[in-house]
Amino acid sequence: MPMVETRIPEGYTKVFTRPEALSDAQYTYCPGCHHGVITRLVAEALDELGIRGRTVGIAPVGCAVFLYRFFNCDFVQAAHGRACAVATGLKRANPDLVVFSYQGDGDLGAIGTAETVHAANRGENITVIFINNQIYGMTGGEMAPTTLPGQRTVTSPGGRDTRLMGYPLKVSEMLAQLDGPCYITRQSVHDARHVGLTRKAIVQAFRNQLEGKGFSLVEVLAACPTNFKMSPEQGNTWVVEKAMKAFPLGDLKGA
Amino acid sequence: MPKGIAVIDMERCKGCGLCIAACPFGVLGFSEQYNSSGYNVACMVQPEKCTGCTICAQICPDVAIEVYRKETAKGAA
Ligand SMILES: Cc1ncc(C[n+]2csc(CCOP(=O)(O)OP(=O)(O)O)c2C)c(N)n1
Ligand code: SF4
Repeated sequence: MPMVETRIPEGYTKVFTRPEALSDAQYTYCPGCHHGVITRLVAEALDELGIRGRTVGIAPVGCAVFLYRFFNCDFVQAAHGRACAVATGLKRANPDLVVFSYQGDGDLGAIGTAETVHAANRGENITVIFINNQIYGMTGGEMAPTTLPGQRTVTSPGGRDTRLMGYPLKVSEMLAQLDGPCYITRQSVHDARHVGLTRKAIVQAFRNQLEGKGFSLVEVLAACPTNFKMSPEQGNTWVVEKAMKAFPLGDLKGA
Repeated sequence: MPKGIAVIDMERCKGCGLCIAACPFGVLGFSEQYNSSGYNVACMVQPEKCTGCTICAQICPDVAIEVYRKETAKGAA
């Protein structure tokens, strides 16, 4: 059975391999979690732009907390929600660094809302990767601000009741109203075509920083199959049939 | 010889099955093997059908797949 040890016969070229910006460490994400794809796309963007040596990532609190192990570049692990504030300090003190944060919806859009909004409003020259999986993954599946109406979570067992719990927070739409940001977009990684589009958006968001254009944010819709209590394939269907209805894909500001 | 070869790193694979669902040519399936973490890993069940399109690798959440493509007379396809 062809496995790790597969011998490649002569006359074949490698056309897909792990990006150099990823370390050899195994991800700690669950099977089928979209975090893994998005993490790889960020690494591919660092490789493509040749900026790994001067890039510092800001890891969030959440399932991506171990990003510093997964990447072959410098990292700071911020307190919950504070990644945009940490990124601001790093970038202002060292304008030659490329600084990005990678944050979940609980991190960026709940406990860290203030830091996110004000960094965006100040037009900080940083790149933000925002993983919207509509749930708190790491802590066991509690309701997030982005949880869909009617969605069952451990803290909304009867489904999110909008009269009691409000509506899904449209972080990207909110930020797109501000004058500070230069690029706000929403993407998805449920199929190979959309993975390609997300990759392009992430590269653009880094390019904007290199050109000094200011705050860029790429929101990526994701599934958390573990806490959705679904198979990874059903997670993809969830993104297409449910998440995209509440959070339509596309550029919300700039391109 | 097939046009492509998808090499799955057995220790990285978590058996999520997303590559199996994504492959347009039905190349991939679950193997009968389990890795040291206990995951039932994917493998090429119909290797002769692989075109080296890289869709499985694009979609793999664990970056467990490398893809090789047969060089043509004009160079790498
Ligand atoms: C100050 C503080 N409050 C609460 C927590 C508990 N906590 C850890 S992760 C998390 C939410 C994670 O959800 P999200 O940001 O959506 O990321 P995901 O795990 O889904 O990727 C919370 C509330 C914490 N670690 N620190
Ligand atoms: S709990 Fe959810 S978000 Fe966290 S790694 Fe698992 S699937 Fe991904």
